[in-house]
Amino acid sequence: MEHIGLTHYLIVSAVLFCCGIFTTATKRNAIGILIGVELMLNSTGINLVAFDRYMGPGRLDGQIVALFMIVLAAAETALAVGICINVYKNLSTVDVDSASQLRG
Amino acid sequence: MFRSRFHIIALASLGVVAFSAQALAGEVAGYSDVTHAAASGSWLEVGLFYIVAAAACISALGVCYSKNIVRMSVWLFGALGSVSLLYFMLAANFLAAIQLIVYAGGTLILLVFGVMLTSKSPWARFEPRKIEILGATVVSGTLFVCLSLLLTRADWATTDAVVAGTSMSDFGHSLLTTYLVPFELAGVLLMIVMVGAAHLARQDK
Repeated sequence: MEHIGLTHYLIVSAVLFCCGIFTTATKRNAIGILIGVELMLNSTGINLVAFDRYMGPGRLDGQIVALFMIVLAAAETALAVGICINVYKNLSTVDVDSASQLRG
Repeated sequence: MFRSRFHIIALASLGVVAFSAQALAGEVAGYSDVTHAAASGSWLEVGLFYIVAAAACISALGVCYSKNIVRMSVWLFGALGSVSLLYFMLAANFLAAIQLIVYAGGTLILLVFGVMLTSKSPWARFEPRKIEILGATVVSGTLFVCLSLLLTRADWATTDAVVAGTSMSDFGHSLLTTYLVPFELAGVLLMIVMVGAAHLARQDK
């Protein structure tokens, strides 16, 4: 039976990252863009934990950085959703192309 | 009337998915020490990895291709749950539990609230232009091809050492010794974010 190694996890993480980039680039809804960012953050989390497991087991460095990543992602989502709600209050839509008041 | 019914259906389906994912995660957590201590490379580990990896990839593709923001949230839930199962398989038990609690339980619910507060109808759509889809496909496809070529050819200095699941006391010990400064900074950051989010979402200005 084939052995599951580091490369397998990194490929899964690459798939998630590319899907995140695609989502961030194509969605017009601000919340949709946030969802794409969440996907990219999760792919970095898989990378960190996989490197921790296969390159330095027992040292916990990668897992702790992944824990901070989760904390930062939660903070970022809270603020970004607050900003989206304010944009919706002012413009009655969350289409990112319509928020162009600062365009020169 | 219809709008609130759609909301209730969306929330109820999220709850059902959350419950089943957590039950499944409990099963895998019980077995993850066994798979890593006794049978690394066994059919159980390999099969489980491919099932979970396929679930993660399909959920991520579902996020890409669904036009509807509520469907995107549900696919994102699948992706987050699969990533947490991958953490379990990498013997990061504590992190996997945190991923389920904070991400699937907190962040995703926040996103769903955002969806509900910012759309006239939960089924509202914003269609991207063709050229945007083409550009995004070229960029993400090229990146994926390059990354997978690079990753399959790279020679990592990996160890196949058998690892047990991470114990929470180790985690707490290194959080309060080696990583004390980032830990405190994260606490300050969370407080700032809480005040800032409350200020941003304030009703009367």
